[in-house]
Amino acid sequence: MVSSQSKGKPAKGKPASEGPPVGRRVILGLLGLGAVGVVTGRVTQDGLARVLGPIENRDPTGLVSLFPVGDSFRFYSVTGSVPSRSAADYRLTVSGLVDHPQTLTMADLAALPQTSFTSDFQCVTGWRVRQVEWSGVALARLLDEVGVRAQAKAVHFTSLDGTYTESLTIEQARLSDVIVATSMLGKPVTHDHGGPVRMYVGPMYGYKSIKWLSGIQLTEAVEVGYWETRGYDVDGFVGHSNGRDDEPTG
Amino acid sequence: MSPPVDSAAQRRPRIEPVQVRRFARAERLVHRLTAVLMTSCILTAAVLYNGTLSVAVGHRRVVELIHVYSGFALPAPMIVGLASAAYRADLGRLNRFSRDDWRWLRSRDRRLGLIPVGKFNAGQKINAWLSAGSILVLLGTGLLMYYPYLVRLSWRTGATFVHDWFALGVGLLVLGHVFKASRDAEARRGMRTGLVLAAWAKINHDRWLAELDGDAESVRDPDGRGDRDGGGGERDPA
Repeated sequence: MVSSQSKGKPAKGKPASEGPPVGRRVILGLLGLGAVGVVTGRVTQDGLARVLGPIENRDPTGLVSLFPVGDSFRFYSVTGSVPSRSAADYRLTVSGLVDHPQTLTMADLAALPQTSFTSDFQCVTGWRVRQVEWSGVALARLLDEVGVRAQAKAVHFTSLDGTYTESLTIEQARLSDVIVATSMLGKPVTHDHGGPVRMYVGPMYGYKSIKWLSGIQLTEAVEVGYWETRGYDVDGFVGHSNGRDDEPTG
Repeated sequence: MSPPVDSAAQRRPRIEPVQVRRFARAERLVHRLTAVLMTSCILTAAVLYNGTLSVAVGHRRVVELIHVYSGFALPAPMIVGLASAAYRADLGRLNRFSRDDWRWLRSRDRRLGLIPVGKFNAGQKINAWLSAGSILVLLGTGLLMYYPYLVRLSWRTGATFVHDWFALGVGLLVLGHVFKASRDAEARRGMRTGLVLAAWAKINHDRWLAELDGDAESVRDPDGRGDRDGGGGERDPA
């Protein structure tokens, strides 16, 4: 036991309230730092993201992703678990107001004319992955294949997870960078990215690009999708919706 | 009772109390509720942020709502706690940083009890400041993120940036706090039951113990619930 002589006699009964109020200063300082960060954070974030984003997306160790640098894919899933489908047992049904309803295998999709291009993936929450290579079947091409009836005005998408849904108008569905994607980042779409088959709706925010695509139905009107019933815009064009001003993805 | 250090106390040998009250019930409750809410925030943040966990747990909307409401509630126990005089008194102690606190922080042998320490040591004070400040910053930036039309987009992006980095900082702070607590059972008992051994206080918080000696009401376990040491009364030297 250490004796108390070595440190002098503590003042008895006196509350130890001496010293400057450093605590208050630190708290106010943190609030100030936070405020400065809110105002200037976008510039800093963009700078960091441009440098570290490409590294993070190609980092085999995954260590870079422990830091919140942004501009890498973040994986969102709206249900508990999503059934996994291999390329062999995957089926895509195209139905509704069409002349020839179809159920397509991966081989059927591969047999259709392929579309490939590179464009950004912009999430409505702010992160953006630049220069992603996409390929698959243009939705317009698939619609021609099944024959859209005159009364069809919208396209409705369903997901293997049973919950996630999305919709586009026929005009939006026929845009050239709206594809049924079977490959992204130069390889088959992985399960976490929504594979084996997902939508990529290039001109719109990420939530419009439904993951684990299982069905496409032609409908008379737009059926509001999962995220839209939770506050996001139905017409989710990048830079022109959800109160955001991001640059176009193309 | 008589004022501190009267002649009677000097005449007979000083009685060393076995247990002393360190935290009032209100303070322990504030600590516990804050811990529960903070844990909820951290776990849900991990699910929202980590890709592997996000896909494994899913239910993004539900996880997000739990995170947001845990976060909104996080400062509430601390604010309600202000109704407690003991809690306010301890906030006052945490606020002040003395010369001895600096010395304690810089010395290598700070754990030997050579430098006078009050109810809270310098590390505990710094943890309290950083936690309180960070919680406020996280709350503010969280509000800007959750209500997207409050401020313009570039500030919202800035809020996300600040929220991300402060969250990382708070995560490390909580880890450090839990690690320190894991190595001091008596300190944990103090927060769990409100009582600590006087001998422990003598080594770790001697100045505080000296303050208590002058205030006989605080010396003993007031509600006689001293556990562990069989009653927790004063050791009678006779």
